[in-house]
Amino acid sequence: MRDTAPIFPMFAAQARVEFLRLLRSPAFAIATIALPIMFYAFFALQSAHETFAGIRAGVYFLGSYSAYAAVTISLFSFGISVAAERDNGATRLMRALPLRPSVYLGAKLAAAIAFCAIAIACLTAFTLATGAVRMPPAQWLGMLGVLLAGSVPFTVLGFAIGYLVNINSAVAVLNLINLPMSFGSGLFMPLAFLPPFVKSFAPYLPSYHLAQLAWTAVGAPGESAVRAFGWLAAYFVLFAAVALRAYQREERKSFA
Amino acid sequence: MTVVELENVTKTYGTVKALDGVSLSIPEGQTVALLGPNGAGKTTAISLMLGLRRPTAGRVRLFDARPEALAVRSRVGVMLQSSGIAEHLRVGEAIELFRTYYPQPLAFERIVDAAGLGHLLRARIATLSGGELQRLYFAVAICGDPRAVFLDEPTVGLDVHARRALLETIRVIAAEGRTIVLTTHYLEEADALADRIVVVDRGRVVADDAPSAIKAGAGVKRVSFVCDPEREPALPAELVTDVRRAGARIDFLSAEPEMVLRELFARGFVPHDLLVTGATLEEAFVAMTGQERQYA
Repeated sequence: MRDTAPIFPMFAAQARVEFLRLLRSPAFAIATIALPIMFYAFFALQSAHETFAGIRAGVYFLGSYSAYAAVTISLFSFGISVAAERDNGATRLMRALPLRPSVYLGAKLAAAIAFCAIAIACLTAFTLATGAVRMPPAQWLGMLGVLLAGSVPFTVLGFAIGYLVNINSAVAVLNLINLPMSFGSGLFMPLAFLPPFVKSFAPYLPSYHLAQLAWTAVGAPGESAVRAFGWLAAYFVLFAAVALRAYQREERKSFA
Repeated sequence: MTVVELENVTKTYGTVKALDGVSLSIPEGQTVALLGPNGAGKTTAISLMLGLRRPTAGRVRLFDARPEALAVRSRVGVMLQSSGIAEHLRVGEAIELFRTYYPQPLAFERIVDAAGLGHLLRARIATLSGGELQRLYFAVAICGDPRAVFLDEPTVGLDVHARRALLETIRVIAAEGRTIVLTTHYLEEADALADRIVVVDRGRVVADDAPSAIKAGAGVKRVSFVCDPEREPALPAELVTDVRRAGARIDFLSAEPEMVLRELFARGFVPHDLLVTGATLEEAFVAMTGQERQYA
């Protein structure tokens, strides 16, 4: 007779529940899947056949808006659900149950990654249907892979914010971080068209390095993948330190 | 085997002493009610037993291990106050999820039947009433086939019918040999369910015994007589509590009714229709904690 539950069935059930959480919040599902498509239609479709950064502009923008989708989903899926669980007492109940912390976090991460893949696939389907993009499947898979791997630091930032602010201000705070950061990284409009001070600040933003990964994956020139992942790893460490402090603060308040 | 062991446990929040040197040992199979008014320290005690709070001083053991240990949590079921479940789930989905947390969960149908949730399996948790939610929390508490179940105010928010049904279910799971620790400020609940009542007041254990012994041991009597309201005597305040008047009838609790009556006789007062009766559990509780009767 074993003392504790087997990990895999627990993880599978928990990940399914986390995925259902995202799927069943219409505001989240629509905003994260429809907004990148809408932005693409507004800002990119018209110039898709031109050449930008040495590649077809439609493909370049697919990289930009896929990175935007990945950042948004990572930030919001963690930020909102953690703030909501603190608010409604789910955190307190889960602490008393034999749920492994690694399963709890891993399930949220798996759900966020699955949702990112779906949102990027929907955006890609739109760009293919409108004739804006033609690219080899292997190249697309390469882009998807680096974006999913590179979005982990943003889930950690979302987790930190979920612990730092309450549920009523979580959406506002997340938008306040997400929109300027995405704009400043050239995700909505290429940096070449932005004011010099934005351009000079961009290389210090984590989303800039995620976008670099996407752009180089689809054939545009940019920083090396090693360098980009290095920056993202540094941000991961920074965000994890903030998240840990925020978690410990709550721990002292509610569970000491 | 000892399930819960508190050794001289003190818990302070800032300057407030929620528990003050409490020692308590609960053997396997017992049903124990922690009884006391709001703010007495019951929820703090149960939080410490479950490792949701850490003692300021003293030692807490659950199944002779740290309460936070995963193997310990896997043998324990809990129903907490101010707790929540992901509201986007349906009732059946939530029960399926929580079953996977435990090594030997109860069968799905068994949980659903015990908690009376059969007709609600497809309902979203966000749409449940307070009573239905309380039943879902009960289902979560038993889904791991726990050796010990901790219930913090399990019947709060339930109507009379639902309360009776839940108490009956608790009695059934207790009869299967499980250890039950529940907190309540309903005396009749403690009286109906528990083998043992621990009365907690202002962070201290003021009584710890079988319900019948608590009643007898408090040693209070209810004294009741009729007198002319115009000529009502002054009662010796240090000897009486819970004084009530209904028309010409006065009644009160006293640990020393003979002394009270001697004093009244000495002042020339003659009570009519005098009754001196043994106290109910509730009255014993009032006498022990000096609380007024709002906890009936």
